[in-house]
Amino acid sequence: MGSHGVKDRVAIVGMGCTRFGERFEAGLDDLIVEAAAETYASAGIDRDDVDAYWLGTAQSGMSGITLARPLGLTDKPVTRVENYCATGSEALRQAVYAVASGAYDVAMAVGAEKVKDSGFAGLNAFPVPSDGTGRTLTAAAMFAMVVPAYGKRYGVDDDKMREVLARIAWKNHRNGARNPRAQFRKEIATEKIAGAPKVAGTLGVFDCAGVADGAAGAIVVRAEDAHRYTDRPLFVKALAFVAGNGSGLGDADYDYTHFPEVAASARDAYAQAGLTDPRRELAMAEVHDCFTPTELVLMEDLGFSPRGTAWQDTLAGTFDLDGALPVNPDGGLKSFGHPVGASGLRMFYECWLQLRGEAPPERQIDAERGLALVHNLGGYPGEMVSFVGIVGTEPGVRTA
Amino acid sequence: MVVVEIGEIGPECRVPDARNLSSDAVRGILSAAGYVPFRRLDRTEIRATFGSGGGTGTRSVASYDQDTTTLAVEAARLARRAGGDPLAVGALWFATANPAYLDKTNATAVHAALGLGRSTPAFDFGGALRSGMGVLRAALDGRGSTLVVSADMRTGLPTGVDESSGGDGAAAIVVGDDSDGPLVAEYLGVASATAEFLDRWRTPGELRSKVWEERFGETQYGPLGERAWNEALAAAGVSADEVNTVVATGLHARATRALLRALGVVESRIADDLTTTVGNTGTAHAALVLADVLETATPGQLIALIGLADGVDVLILRATDEVSRRVPARSVRSQIDQGAPVSYGTFLSWRQMVHLEPPRRPEPARVSASAAGRAQGWKFGFVASLDDDGTPRLPPAPGAPTVPMADAVGTVATFTVDHLAYSPSPPIVFGVVDFDGGGRFPVELTDVDAESIAIGDRVEMTFRRLSTADGIHNYFWKARPTPAAPDRD
Repeated sequence: MGSHGVKDRVAIVGMGCTRFGERFEAGLDDLIVEAAAETYASAGIDRDDVDAYWLGTAQSGMSGITLARPLGLTDKPVTRVENYCATGSEALRQAVYAVASGAYDVAMAVGAEKVKDSGFAGLNAFPVPSDGTGRTLTAAAMFAMVVPAYGKRYGVDDDKMREVLARIAWKNHRNGARNPRAQFRKEIATEKIAGAPKVAGTLGVFDCAGVADGAAGAIVVRAEDAHRYTDRPLFVKALAFVAGNGSGLGDADYDYTHFPEVAASARDAYAQAGLTDPRRELAMAEVHDCFTPTELVLMEDLGFSPRGTAWQDTLAGTFDLDGALPVNPDGGLKSFGHPVGASGLRMFYECWLQLRGEAPPERQIDAERGLALVHNLGGYPGEMVSFVGIVGTEPGVRTA
Repeated sequence: MVVVEIGEIGPECRVPDARNLSSDAVRGILSAAGYVPFRRLDRTEIRATFGSGGGTGTRSVASYDQDTTTLAVEAARLARRAGGDPLAVGALWFATANPAYLDKTNATAVHAALGLGRSTPAFDFGGALRSGMGVLRAALDGRGSTLVVSADMRTGLPTGVDESSGGDGAAAIVVGDDSDGPLVAEYLGVASATAEFLDRWRTPGELRSKVWEERFGETQYGPLGERAWNEALAAAGVSADEVNTVVATGLHARATRALLRALGVVESRIADDLTTTVGNTGTAHAALVLADVLETATPGQLIALIGLADGVDVLILRATDEVSRRVPARSVRSQIDQGAPVSYGTFLSWRQMVHLEPPRRPEPARVSASAAGRAQGWKFGFVASLDDDGTPRLPPAPGAPTVPMADAVGTVATFTVDHLAYSPSPPIVFGVVDFDGGGRFPVELTDVDAESIAIGDRVEMTFRRLSTADGIHNYFWKARPTPAAPDRD
């Protein structure tokens, strides 16, 4: 019994990512083909060189056929996976494990979502036949409950909380402005962010992730084979995943200032990767900033800031592009946009660019530490799934 | 007591009281309660908007998430609590002229919300306004303990009399024998006078009622009323002078006033019919005013209840010593005092008279009948299971024994206001509620203004209609603020 991970046994050797945004001109198939083509080219292979495929899509299609058809795959095992907004990272996780198991030499994960065909703003879940007693709140409202709870617990008044949240959106807009593939490429003043019409609680439109179409992909191989495909592979250091059981919703001790599933998945990931001081060991982190208060709390759940201090670190610029630990250098869900099934892989795509020194110069971070973290979650405070992955440029020493 | 049946044609026939043949039990009212919804429309707003219609005073307004079934649940819960522990009842009868469903019984949802037993029957008496008085009379003339609930939501087209003079509300009367528990009022006698004439009518599906020229109805109700009055007094063995309080209700306001004049009832003995504050709640109104009267009655007070609707029904009751011992769970008066305003525009949208632009979000899917059926206890009864340490778990763990939570009171731990989510009346106010004695449930709040909610607010549970899709009403529970001050009525 135990979570051992597959540290340094598998490497990412190719990645691709479409422009995210209101891609009214592109259907799901177009997005998949676009992302896959770049991914294949990045690894220098074609579709038939891949032995097995995983497609992450939350609700744009069902079954492996959703991927096999547009890519024209013949006699390939293709699996569609779904794990809320952590669907994209789930696809990668399965592909990595398949290679680590020895079942396949080359596996590919594709995440794709066509959100903007629904005719509605925001994300909408499939209606599952039910007894009608479930919550009908938007995700914005669920995460908005973090704001008064955090402020109250740590003595941060409403105005200061508003300033902190605006600072997070400001940073992610600033980073997104330096990202040609991002949905929103405009810096926004904190005053405008804070003064936007309210969507839920104190959250305005600029506190919410962009709703976008998009797709991203990754090709993984055994670590020892990695240099056959690229000079600069990324080695998988950790893949951790926790599905909450919803007990937070009924637990009177849960105070909406932290996400236990995130803390648990982070502990597992750090153990797998052998990290003890992530804030100083990591070069960067991509985190699931679906709403600004989410990113605030994640800084504490991921161990970047001690409890109750992330708001101060945020204001101090610790997580800015030129800060001690850049967070969401690509603009995050906030600016890059959030095509649900693609987002997890998009986060890895930024690690791929940054650690390999391939990000546009205006947002290239100092990646000397050679380690990047991806955090991807789905669900709500009290009832969520959480993924934490860590990749690095150096293969390290294999442990038995 | 003696029951008198009066036929318009043919020889008068006396039907012996079936109960008195078998027992000496005294029949009457075990408990009574009214429910007045939280919102009030200021009638002057109508004229201010349209330049006509309206009036003075207020009318009660059921919230967008209420219908006659949920109003009935409110009244029934109060009536069952009025005698201390929830009263056991042998049957549930529900009357309304504005049913949430046709074909399907509405009383079964009330039954489920109250957690009544499988063998307790639940029946609807629907369609006509007179069913309110009829069901009360039938229960008093019948056997066993019966929870008689009546509810109505009355309105009409904007600026019309029905819109301003109507009201929304419910009343619940538990009828039984003194062997079932202490009676608050003894049933002394009844008489009905019935005739076929067109006073007010509404074809199924219509939003509004229509009425014939008022004078015609007045000429019909007068003689019927006098006849029923005299026969009821005779049946009860009392004289008109002995009647301390007369409750007279009918949607034909002019005929109601005229009848009281014709009967020579002095003003001081006429009960406040609540029309200036609540409005006329139609099917529920006689029972609602009766509940109000009983809450302030003194032992021995003789009460005549007169209902005018397609005939006249007169019930004679006498308050017992028990009335002075009762402290209402929530009196009609306290509910009237605690209402909060609703704007005329909101009122019109809640009653579907105007359609506001909905949130640009998908409307909820229809409820699955089989899923709802499996979740009956949870969805309709708001029950919890208990964890090993005794903490209530909501919703209950699958297959676990359950305990009722509908009467639990809680505190808002945190909350949010959702401007984007679909709601029939946005925004959604949503709170995480920690119940006294344990258990937490994140739930929508209602009867609350988004600006006023705060962490630490005290809330209680209320049965509501969340939405409707494919004609299926989605009933479930919400939380609402507990009344500001303890009830001292």
